[in-house]
Parts: sequence; structure tokens; C-alpha cells
Amino acid sequence: MKILDHTAVELSERIRQGEIKVAEALEAVFAQIDAREKELHCYVTLMRENAWEQADLIQAGIDAGNLTGPLAGVPVAVKDNMCTEGIRTTCSSKILEHFVPGYSATAVEKLRAAGAVIIGKTNMDEFAMGSTTETSYFGVTKNPHHTGYVPGGSSGGSAAAVAAKECFAALGSDTGGSVRQPASHCGVVGMKPTYGTVSRYGLIAYGSSLDQIGPLAKDVRDCATILEILAGRDDKDSTSVDREQMIPGKDGVKSGEALCAGNDFTKALQEDVQGMRIGIPRDYLKDGLDPEVRTAVLTAAEVLGQKGAFVEEFDLGLVKYAIPAYYTIASAEASSNLERFDGIKYGYRAAEAGDLHAMYKKTRAQGFGVEVKRRILLGSFVLSSGYYDAYYLKALRVKALIKKVFDEAFAKYDVILGPVAPTTAPKLGESLSDPLKMYLSDIYTISANLTGMPGISVPCGEDKAGLPIGLQLIGDCFQEKKILRAAYTYEQAIKADAGSQNGRG
Amino acid sequence: MKVIDDAVIENVSILAKLELSEDEKVQAKLDMEKMLEYIDQLDELDTEGIEPVIHIFPMENVFREDVVTNGDMREMILANAPEEKSGMFVVPQTFA
Amino acid sequence: MTKEYEIVIGLEVHVELATKTKIFCGCSTAFGGAPNTHTCPVCTGMPGTLPVLNRQVVEYAIAVGLATNCSITQYCKFDRKNYFYPDNPQNYQISQLYLPVCRNGYVEIETAEDNMTKECSNGLYGVQEGERNRKRIGIHEIHMEEDAGKLIHDETEGSSLVDYNRSGVPLIEIVSEPDMRSADEVIAYLEKLRTTIQYLGASDCKLQEGSMRADVNISVREKGAAGLGTRTEMKNLNSFHAIRHAIEGESARQIGLIESGEKIVQETRRWDEQKGMSYTMRSKEDAQDYRYFPDPDLVPVHISEEWIGQIRAKQPELREAKMARYKETFGIPDYDIRIITDSKHMADLFETTVALGAQPKKVSNWLMGEALRILKEREEDAEAIRFSPAHLATLIALVDQKAITTTVAKEIFEVMFTEDIDPSVYAEEKGLKTVHDESALRRTVEQVIADNPQSVADYRGGKEKAIGYLVGQTMKAMKGKADPESVKRLLVELL
Repeated sequence: MKILDHTAVELSERIRQGEIKVAEALEAVFAQIDAREKELHCYVTLMRENAWEQADLIQAGIDAGNLTGPLAGVPVAVKDNMCTEGIRTTCSSKILEHFVPGYSATAVEKLRAAGAVIIGKTNMDEFAMGSTTETSYFGVTKNPHHTGYVPGGSSGGSAAAVAAKECFAALGSDTGGSVRQPASHCGVVGMKPTYGTVSRYGLIAYGSSLDQIGPLAKDVRDCATILEILAGRDDKDSTSVDREQMIPGKDGVKSGEALCAGNDFTKALQEDVQGMRIGIPRDYLKDGLDPEVRTAVLTAAEVLGQKGAFVEEFDLGLVKYAIPAYYTIASAEASSNLERFDGIKYGYRAAEAGDLHAMYKKTRAQGFGVEVKRRILLGSFVLSSGYYDAYYLKALRVKALIKKVFDEAFAKYDVILGPVAPTTAPKLGESLSDPLKMYLSDIYTISANLTGMPGISVPCGEDKAGLPIGLQLIGDCFQEKKILRAAYTYEQAIKADAGSQNGRG
Repeated sequence: MKVIDDAVIENVSILAKLELSEDEKVQAKLDMEKMLEYIDQLDELDTEGIEPVIHIFPMENVFREDVVTNGDMREMILANAPEEKSGMFVVPQTFA
Repeated sequence: MTKEYEIVIGLEVHVELATKTKIFCGCSTAFGGAPNTHTCPVCTGMPGTLPVLNRQVVEYAIAVGLATNCSITQYCKFDRKNYFYPDNPQNYQISQLYLPVCRNGYVEIETAEDNMTKECSNGLYGVQEGERNRKRIGIHEIHMEEDAGKLIHDETEGSSLVDYNRSGVPLIEIVSEPDMRSADEVIAYLEKLRTTIQYLGASDCKLQEGSMRADVNISVREKGAAGLGTRTEMKNLNSFHAIRHAIEGESARQIGLIESGEKIVQETRRWDEQKGMSYTMRSKEDAQDYRYFPDPDLVPVHISEEWIGQIRAKQPELREAKMARYKETFGIPDYDIRIITDSKHMADLFETTVALGAQPKKVSNWLMGEALRILKEREEDAEAIRFSPAHLATLIALVDQKAITTTVAKEIFEVMFTEDIDPSVYAEEKGLKTVHDESALRRTVEQVIADNPQSVADYRGGKEKAIGYLVGQTMKAMKGKADPESVKRLLVELL
């Protein structure tokens, strides 16, 4: 087996057993990057020298028996909106083109502590605003399955890097589907955990009440393994939760849900959906859903049914209101979060701008791209005097209604199943001309962010053009283990099926 | 159809500190009108008596204790400054 | 005939809390560090950083709320106030708009005028007590927020420099009702807040250093009018002087506008104390729309009855209670009590000295007399007193024991005030103790009698007053180290 074909967990195991050196893994990955990066452009910044230094230390740690964790020695990538001490962090924006933070995101520190080798910062939509990675100031990333297509977004660089084997796993961030959708478009596994599971400290905020960091990986096991490393309460993030200490019936956890406790997500990797209740929202299968995607998703549901799950369609309700509520809230928060980029403390400053206000306005006009400005303007408007109640508060009330609809659904089902996106990856250059149309493609992923729920995207086939299709499994808050179990069961079933087909052929 | 007039765009661009060219203003107006029209769908929902939800879980009372944990980090804080003088950030003259 | 006007004033008072660290990060709040040395990624608004609330800030805010008769908000939240300015690194300030920590309180002030018929906005009347008039000033709310950094103008370059050491220092903003009618009332209210907060230990409340700052909202109306006039907000007031002048200046400006038929614009104005004028702070680019919304990075603060109870139990004795107790316990005049309790530091000093055995009135006399005199000379306030109560007690004891004379004691006090020396040791070392050696004293008295025949003759001729001069001469010859009573006794005896 070639080094690059290992999953992260497999690779680490072989490294810890001394069969593969960290340096060999790194060499293999950089060779792959040399071969493919020029065409795909997954990375904004590659950390070659730094990675070699890390590799030496990690190898020493492994040899000394200090690094025994399941990611030790594995080359991974990090989305470029997570701060990395001493390594520039751009958010794929001109305004942060030369920004080198003096601190690291908690998620990044956890990866490092686990012995992962961070090899680069991946491309993304500017400030995570976009669904195609085309709004990056540093140029588009291409879909490794077909370079005429986008990789999805906003974590498009991370998804493409995993798919192209330019790393073994990557971190992304998901505000409205930004991990799950590119995972779907690139044929990898991507997961957004329950809000508060992974610290947001050091993640450059887009929509603070919606943002979560999540893994993009080759399979469900890698995904659960990385999440287990990332999860945990962080004193630096007031909104991070201590899942070990949660009490069912309180803390947003429904009573009688014992499974939620703990961050030991890999325990959920069991081929067992016997008796699991799975609901498919009828609204998710209606107009706008590509027939090929529909077929693939329903076929996947059947597989889970064959494995013993109880699967049925149901009416979820309020589906179409999630997008307008989301864009109101996300834009409002973004307009405030991005105020700090003003040309004073760090980042781009317009030259010869004149007085203070002219400097602000020119710096921001030149430093931000079109989509970011569009959302800042919208967000400033919905918070402005006279519109706050009608738009912002209204959206927060609708969020409450949507939460209620999902609470009712989870009273009946363990898992909600559906597509990740209405179509497979769009062609390069097709999406940005009509922003509203692009926003509409977030319809299946956005609710999980509004309601804090976890969601996972698992590959479930390809369309005629050979582009991957993703299956989405959504769980109730803190029910990661249920969706991981369903995802793992499905993945194993498909693997076994492929194996037997290969055996036949 | 929501009508966003020039004054609204002008005001929002001042609030958001974004300089817009004439073309950009026209485009911003169109974009915002379209988006707001779409958002207006929310008015179809009766939200009377519904409390706006900010945090999805009932989180409360997250504190730090009043203990100094940070030393002098000036070098790091100033490392990315576009312009620096005497250990401070330089900005165009503010109201004197 | 000119109309009669009434000035209506409300205050927004910002107080820097005496926490060790900033409101949302572990940086020191110490005053006066080199620029940007008390900063971190959080309080300089670096990308990706998040605020975590300092518990002590909430406790101080509750303590101030309780001391000013506020109701404490059970669930309070933080909101972002969005505006661009270089002293504000995130370009939003974390503050509280929708659910401030305290609401609906009041403090009582003493005023010169008769307030019997004046109504304050919370429906309570001024009450008369003794000779002084007491008036309630309503407190609309108290909220917690973060302070901004400091801007320094670099004249040579035509630019400004930003220091974020103060950025994120915790503040409470105390918003009064528009219940004040004169500069005197405003100053009485501020003094009341200052004493109360100092007693709580929640802030040192120094106007000059900016740990207490007042923005003054002023409007004028015709006397007897029911509604309020258009108000303006005056900023940059960093002394009681400036506050008084600004109120006088701004009310005159407003009356002038009304008299000449012009409109008053609701706006923020900056007071220039040197020029004695206010200037508008508005510009086209300063849109006054703060787009407040709940900060998603912070979670609500739930203040339980239990928590309030704990803070209430820890509340120190406040000034009113202290004054009543002093009256009951120490038997010193009301005037003394008022002065001594004006500063908690002075009151603590007083009580400790008394506890060490000194007679209350004597302690009071030293504080009210010599201590205040020196403070006034040095233009310092009572907080600047550094000598220890034990040393003051020793000094009083030395006088009581006639070991030193009052004149010598005053000399020693001055040194003690500056250097906190032990008066006993000092008097010994400097040879300042009273001479009780009768024969030595007798020799000096004999010499004085011999040197002053005229005074001796006067005395003997019936001019009793002449003996005072002879006592003085003897004391001078003894360098103050004699007991004047003994001197007088000896003189009478020898004459």
C-alpha cells in the first residue's frame, strides 16, 4: 500500500509502529503537492521548512514514546482562517495578505499537541463567505475530480487537499455548510460538530453564533478521531461547552439522552443502526434537487434501511425560511466582526488615504472583495436604526421557530437524512454572477448552523460527470455519536459492497 | 419590492466604512433590494410572542477569575502594525 | 422682561473599576505602564480572539448597584456598540444596552436650596432633615463596559498615536435620571457617588486620572414648563471646575439660542476648559447609529438571589452608617464626622488610631487641623495620607504624657506626615522631649527674669498679662522643650 493511500489513522499506526517514518510521510505528501498543487491550488501558504522542523520533533516524540495518539506523525492542513503562530493567516483576503499572528487557534494547538504535522494553510472563500472558494483573493481552487469544477466552499482548499491526497486530513470551518458542502463536492467526509464542541478561539470570526471548526477526512473513522482531539471546553472561548460535565435535561441536552456525554467519539464507530429511527424531510427532496443527487441519497437511505434502521419520509416544515434567516444573522454578525480590519493594528492599509475616515473607507474598500462587502453592507443595514427589529430580531425569532421544528423532528427520529447540496459541484465561474442563487444552494446545510446541531457529509456516489455526491446526516444537539454510527455503518456497507463487486469483477 | 434609495446606501457605506464608486453604489442598491425582498419572506411567519434566540443552548455565567495572566506582549502586538512609532500604532490625526 | 429658565441635568458617569485585570482578558489594569505593554491579542482586537468576562467586574457592579438602591437584573447580557474610532481596537465596544446589570436606583444628596416641592423623576420628593435639604437623584441604570485606549497627538507628524493599555479596563457607567437642576447639585451627586464607590473599594474615582469621568446632559426649559427641552451632551470634563463651568457655559448658550429664536440641536459637544466654550463633535462621517446587538461571543450573566446575598453580606459600612455610628460612639462634633468620613481612608485612619487608645476628639483634631492643612498646602486629597495610625497614636500619647509640647508635636507631625517616622524615636533622637529637670528650668527662668526687667516691673505693677511674655521667652530659651504650665508656675513663684 502506498503511503498516500493510507487514512490518517492507518498512517499514524504504521508510523508509531516504526514501519513508516514521519519524514517519509511528509516526503510523500510534498511530492503529491508538487505534482498537483499547481493545477489545483489547494493552499494559500505551504509550510515546507516549518513542517520538516515539526517532523523531526514529532519523530523524536514518537521514538521516545511520548506521542502515542492516533494522529501522531500525520501531515494535516489547516484552513487559512485559523490563526497559526508565526505562520501568515490570510482568510484568503487582501486585507490580511501579510498578517502573521503571534498566537495559535486552540484547535491548531490541539492538533499540534496530538503530534500532527501541519503542512499548510488552505485556500477558502474570503472570510469564509462563499460556497465555491472562488471569492478567494488568491485565486480559485479546482475540484480534484474534475478541474473544470469548483471544490465547493468555503473550506474548498481543505476538501480538495484531502481529496487530492495533498494531505491526510484537514480542518475546515462551517458557518452555513462550509465543511459539509465542499466535503460533498470533493468526495471526502466532513463534519460540523454541535456548536460549542470545538473552541472558536483563534478562528477568525464570520458569524460568531454559527461558526464551528470541523474535520475533513478520508473516512468516518478519521473524522471521529480528529473530532475527539479537537473537542473540549476552552477557557478562552466563553461559548465552548464541557460535554463531559453535561447533564441530560439541562444544558440543552434532552433528558434521557445518555449517549451525548463525553468526547469519546470513536466509541461510536460501530456497524449498528438496528432500530435507529431515520427521517428524511420531504421538503429536502423537492424541486431544485438534482435527480442524480436525489437517487444517490435515497439509495443510501435504503442501505441504512437494509442494515436495520427504520427509515421514513416526513414533513419538516419551515425549510425555505432557513436561508433568509441565516443570511440576516450571519451578515449582521459579520458586519460587526469585520469592523476590526481597519488598517491600524494589522493588515492592509490604503496608501496616501488622507484623513482618518478616508483611510478607513479606502482601506476597507480596497482590502475586501465584492462578496465580503456585499455581506457587510447588508449586515450593517439590518442592524441599523429603524431596521433592527424588522430584520435582525425577526430572524432571531424565526431561528427559534426553526429550532422548534427540529426539536419536534428529533422527538421522532434519531437522525435526519438528506442531501448536502442540491447539485454536485458547479462549473468554475458559474456561481458568482448570481449571489442569491448561490445562497440558495446552502438550503440543506444551513439549519444545522442556525440550531447548533451536528451534521456529517459522507460520499454516496457520483454523477454522470464523475463528480461526487454527498449524503448528509444531521443529529440533535450533542448527538454526534448517533450520526457517526449511522455514517460509519453506511460507509462500511458501501465498502463491503465495492469489495464484493471488485471480487466479482 | 423594497426600495433602497441612495441615502440608505450612502448611510450604510458610512456605517460600514466602505468607500463605494458610483457603479458600486448602483450595484449595492440592486443587490440589497434583491436580498431584502428575499428576506421579507420571513414576514409570512407569525413570530408574535416568540423570544429572539441568540444562544441556542442555555449557557450562562462563564467567567475568568481576576488574576493577571499576561505579561508584556508589546512586540507581538505591534509586529503587524502598518505604521508604528514609539511603541504605538500610528493613525491619521484624530479630532484634536 | 426676560423669562426665567430652569436647567435640567442628567449625568453619565464612567467609573474605572479597581480590578487587577481587564474586563475580558488577563492583562493588568495598572496605570502608567509604557505604551502597549499591558496589552494582549484580546484587548487589541486581534483576529480570532474572544472575550471572557472577569467575575470581579460583575461583583463590583452589583456592589455599586446595591449601594445606590438599584434593582439587580437577574439575567443581564452584553451588547456590541459599533463605531469606528482608533482608540477602540475592535471598532465595537462591548457594553450593555438591552439588559444592564442594575436599574432603577437613587442616591440622596444634600442641597442648599429648598427642595420640598421639587419632584424627582422616580416620583419621590426631596425630604427635609434638620437644617439641610436632602434630595433624591434617580439612577436610571448602571451597565458594565470596556474602556477604550488612549490617543496621543503627534503634533510634529500631523498624526495620532494609539496606546491600548487602557483598552479593556472595566468600567461601569452610571446613568442618572435628569433630576439635577444646578451645578451644585451635580457636584453633590458626583461627590456622593465618589464617596460611596470609594467606600466599596470598587474604584479610586480620580477625576484627574480619568478613573471617574462624567458626561453631562443639559437642557433648559422655562421655569414651570412640563416637558424637557432638547438636550446636548457635554464631554471632556475632568474636574469639578470644568463641570461647573461647562454647565454654566452650556446653559447660557442654550438660553441664548432660545432667546434669539434658534433651535437647539441634539448633539454631543466637547468642552474646552481653557477657552470656556463647547464645540460640536459631529461630522458627516460620524453617523450616530451604533447598531447595538447582543454579543454572540459572551453568554448571559445570571445573578441569583444567593449571589446578591453574598455580595450584600460583604458590603462594607457605607458613609451614612459610619456617620451615625461615630455620632453614637465617639462623641465628636457632627462637623468633624462629616469631614473625617468624607474619605474612607481618613475614616479608617481615625478609627484605627482610636482603637490604639487615643482619645477620639484628639485624633479628630489632628486630622482636621494639621493633616488637612498640609493636604491643602500640597494640593492633595485624603487618599494621599501615608502615615500609620500607630504613629499618630504615639504622637498623641507623647503629648498626653507631657513628654513633648504641642509645639514640638506639630513639628514632628509634619515630618511624620511626609516620612511616617515613629514620633517617639524621632523626638528622642532629635532631643525634642520636654525637659522635666526642675533645677535646669529654674535656672532658665531666673535668667529670663534677669534679662527682662521691664516686663518684671510691669507684672509686679499689676499687669498680669506681662507674665505671658515671660513664659514665651522662657519657652524660646528652652527651644520649646519645656512644659508651659511648669514655666508659668515657676515664674509666679520666683516673682
